[in-house]
Amino acid sequence: MAKDKPPVAVSKKADSRSAAAVTAVEMGARQRDISISEFFTKNRHLLGFDNPRKALLTCVKEAVDNALDACEEAGILPDVTVQLEVVAVGSSALPPASQATRFRVTVTDNGPGIVRQQIPKIFAKLLYGSKFHRLRMSRGQQGIGISAAGMYGQLTTGKPVKIISRTGPKVPAHYFEVQIDTKKNEPLIHENKQIKWDQSCGTQVAIEVEGRYQKGRASVDEYLDQTSIANPHVRLIYRTPEGETKEYPRAYHELPPSPKEIKPHPYGIEFGMLLKMLQETKGATLSSFLSSDFCRVTPTLADDICKTAKVSPRARPRDIRGAIAETLYHTIQSTKIMAPPTNCLSPIGEKAILSGLYRQIKGEFYTAVSRPPSVYRGNPFIIEAGLAFGKAPDSVTKSDKPAQPLAEGEQEEEDSELARIIRYANRVPLLYQQSACAAFKAVLATTWRNYGISQSRGALPAGPMVIFVHIASVWVPFTSESKEAIAEYDEIHKDITLALRECGRRLGLFLRRRERAAGEYRRRNIFELYIEEVVEACNRLKGGKLPTERLKAQLQKIASSRTGGSKTDETLGKTGAGPEGLPHSIIVTAEGVDGEVPPETGVSDAEPIEEKPAPSKPARKQTAKARPAKKKSSLQRPAGAVRTGHKAHLTGKKK
Amino acid sequence: MAKTKITRNGTVEKKLIGLADLVITAAQRAKDPTMAIPIRALSNVTFNERKGLLEMGSKKQARSFFNVGMAKKFMQTMLVADALSELQRAELTTSLREIYYRTKHTIQDSHENTFDTQDESDPIIEDLEVSLTALREELHVRAENGGSVVGPLVLGDDGDRVDCAKLGKGGYSVPSIVEPEYVEIRRCTADFVLLVEKGTQWNRLSEDKFWRRYNCVLLTGNGQPPRGVRRLARRLHEEYKLPVYVLVDNDPWGYYIYSVVKQGSINLAFESQRMAIPKAKFIGLSSADPERYELPRNVGIKLNEKDIARAKELLNYQWFQKPAWQAEIKRMLASGLKYELDALANKDFQYLTKKYLPRKLKEKDWLD
Repeated sequence: MAKDKPPVAVSKKADSRSAAAVTAVEMGARQRDISISEFFTKNRHLLGFDNPRKALLTCVKEAVDNALDACEEAGILPDVTVQLEVVAVGSSALPPASQATRFRVTVTDNGPGIVRQQIPKIFAKLLYGSKFHRLRMSRGQQGIGISAAGMYGQLTTGKPVKIISRTGPKVPAHYFEVQIDTKKNEPLIHENKQIKWDQSCGTQVAIEVEGRYQKGRASVDEYLDQTSIANPHVRLIYRTPEGETKEYPRAYHELPPSPKEIKPHPYGIEFGMLLKMLQETKGATLSSFLSSDFCRVTPTLADDICKTAKVSPRARPRDIRGAIAETLYHTIQSTKIMAPPTNCLSPIGEKAILSGLYRQIKGEFYTAVSRPPSVYRGNPFIIEAGLAFGKAPDSVTKSDKPAQPLAEGEQEEEDSELARIIRYANRVPLLYQQSACAAFKAVLATTWRNYGISQSRGALPAGPMVIFVHIASVWVPFTSESKEAIAEYDEIHKDITLALRECGRRLGLFLRRRERAAGEYRRRNIFELYIEEVVEACNRLKGGKLPTERLKAQLQKIASSRTGGSKTDETLGKTGAGPEGLPHSIIVTAEGVDGEVPPETGVSDAEPIEEKPAPSKPARKQTAKARPAKKKSSLQRPAGAVRTGHKAHLTGKKK
Repeated sequence: MAKTKITRNGTVEKKLIGLADLVITAAQRAKDPTMAIPIRALSNVTFNERKGLLEMGSKKQARSFFNVGMAKKFMQTMLVADALSELQRAELTTSLREIYYRTKHTIQDSHENTFDTQDESDPIIEDLEVSLTALREELHVRAENGGSVVGPLVLGDDGDRVDCAKLGKGGYSVPSIVEPEYVEIRRCTADFVLLVEKGTQWNRLSEDKFWRRYNCVLLTGNGQPPRGVRRLARRLHEEYKLPVYVLVDNDPWGYYIYSVVKQGSINLAFESQRMAIPKAKFIGLSSADPERYELPRNVGIKLNEKDIARAKELLNYQWFQKPAWQAEIKRMLASGLKYELDALANKDFQYLTKKYLPRKLKEKDWLD
């Protein structure tokens, strides 16, 4: 056995030689190419198709990401419609959405469209795309997403991907049905015709997939909700499988500045990458290779590097390999090079985050912070954080219900809920693997107690709070292919922490101020409550012969003189001074909204500003219902209509 | 007798109405209505060595209305005062819990209740007892019937003749109010009173007819004896000159129960005058007993942290300063064990009745 020593590590059993041993020739016959498509067919979890529920989400996500990327790159304010329909399996009747196992996902955008020849490849060829080879901030990166979704559909339902695309009003729309040849990773075209389409340009993709529709955490609904928060410039229409139509109106009428493409920064590449670039460069000399293929490397700097590495600046890049290349690599890494330019990034911006949060999350306090750009491993990135705190005043005081007496042991419901974190990478919500994410870890590492928020050891802060974290980068470091969690680089961690601290500091100020004002108010308020009781008790003790009104008035006078009187009203902010010294924040009280109110009111100029959130507002409201004893009563948040009734005047705004 | 009751009630009612006047006058003068309530805590209790009982000091706490911390309590005090005066007028007696329900309601236009639990109303009744110097009975508030008695004792209760020697082994349930106006002691031929901490051991003694053999009154308060039981023991001691012996578990809580019977409690120090029995004797279970009566170590229970802390507190109380008591408590701490009365059953079911108590009484083995 020892003498012929088969190079087969596979045959583990010593006595299996005669039966199972395989010769190198036989093995060689079995060795062949693995098609990338076949690989992903077997490893679908790598791309986010682990289970039917997640698969449905991934399909929607990939299609929406592509739609938004295309619109933004073409400079069009995106209008995206997402439709989920239940599809019957076989001849059986349509099951309800919660029971259904098969769905048709249709995503339509108003983007630039796709030229006819490219359509099959984009939708039915893995690793085909425009985004992988350049360093530019975009949602998609690898060119896998939508074709993987199509392949998943093909795998589970056997149906092709159906595409309609039109590049302009003067050209016809094209209709395609394509599938992937999983062996060759090439598109198979089933159907290709010109059709009439009522949209002047844009793309529609429909994929039939096996999936499961369930609301709640990490659902399609949540994904679209969160997408709308981070992309307030998008108008999103969502037709749920249950037949509802949800509309997320555009809250911000400016496209984010288009991100610029940059060349790689020398600090950001690995040795192998350098070797590859040396082979592929168009530069004739090493010096010109360095200065033209990298950013922040000037010809002078390139010569310096060559000198330090003891290579001729005029050497042919293709000849640099082995030990010399390694020296070159280390020299580059130890040379001081300017940080990469950061204009390639397009942050959401504080205003847009605020309006996104304000529109989607009901709360009392909103704030947003954009950090200055920073760099990890030669890749520029920007961290943005936001925070929405509290419950909407109108949801807190269920004004119309009479005060329900509480039985013993029955307390006002406690606020023990933990904060919710919503994470984004290049404006795409991350819904899975929260605890592996740098954003989550930074939230845990922040001492929220300093800002008046309770937090038990190693846990999320407690309170009605949504924490928003966004990383924008030309290359977001994900922990895995399915793009679910941000890897924890020190620089990233530090920047997230700094942004969160700033948010926390503002929240702390807000809470402290409110606490102080409420303290005064509570004092007044409890005395007012108790005076009634004490006076009644005195009256009964005195046999009902007491001039109660007089006693009450006397006591109330003492109460107001002892608790600051009219000053309290002022400290409560009822005089309507802005969100005192808190930048990029919105404060919502029962009486109105303070701060940089979302731009709807300003932008939709055609509309008579009817929903203007102003302190004078309550006059129009149902003041009749407001009970005198509780100041925080039935006044509803004037901006409440922002969430529901704005469809009409936003549609007219489209270009 | 009925007459005295009425005049008494009159004064109590006047005192309650006085609280309303306090509010009214303060309001007229634009002052913060404030009542003074004697403090019911160790800091305001002194041990009168000559009389051998705890006396309440003169420290008082102001309870004012326009103070965020006290406003609710003030309001609650007024509500309780109102309820108590209602009882006076209607000549009814009631329980602490009924007072709680009577005064509980939701304050208009809010989610707030006047009282959330009975724990809030009980101390206020005690506050009123102290600050108005009215006994609880005078306020017409009774506690649970928390104790039992058997023995050669004849009582008159609501005109009924109760012969405590003819009530089987269950005995007579001691009402919470045993003032002469309510319960009359018609005849008592016993030689002493034995006050037992635990109902189970009282049952044992009652079943074994211990009281017949040793001619005594058997009393129990099921734990910390309530006022009725303490008052009955005191009356038997006072009116019939009977010595009182206290039989409790051997642990810090047992010691304290004994001290409450003897000197009065810290919380109700104002009641000591009529409740305390300074001559009461501690008959057992002493920390010396396990050795003397050869109780095996394994029927003991390890003292827990709370026990130890409490025992150390007792060591510092002025009324536990007698050398015998210091030795007693220190012996328990040194052994690290406590013993329940029930542990005596380890030797024999009737060990308590047939061996332990007879020997204790014979040897006059008790602590003062």
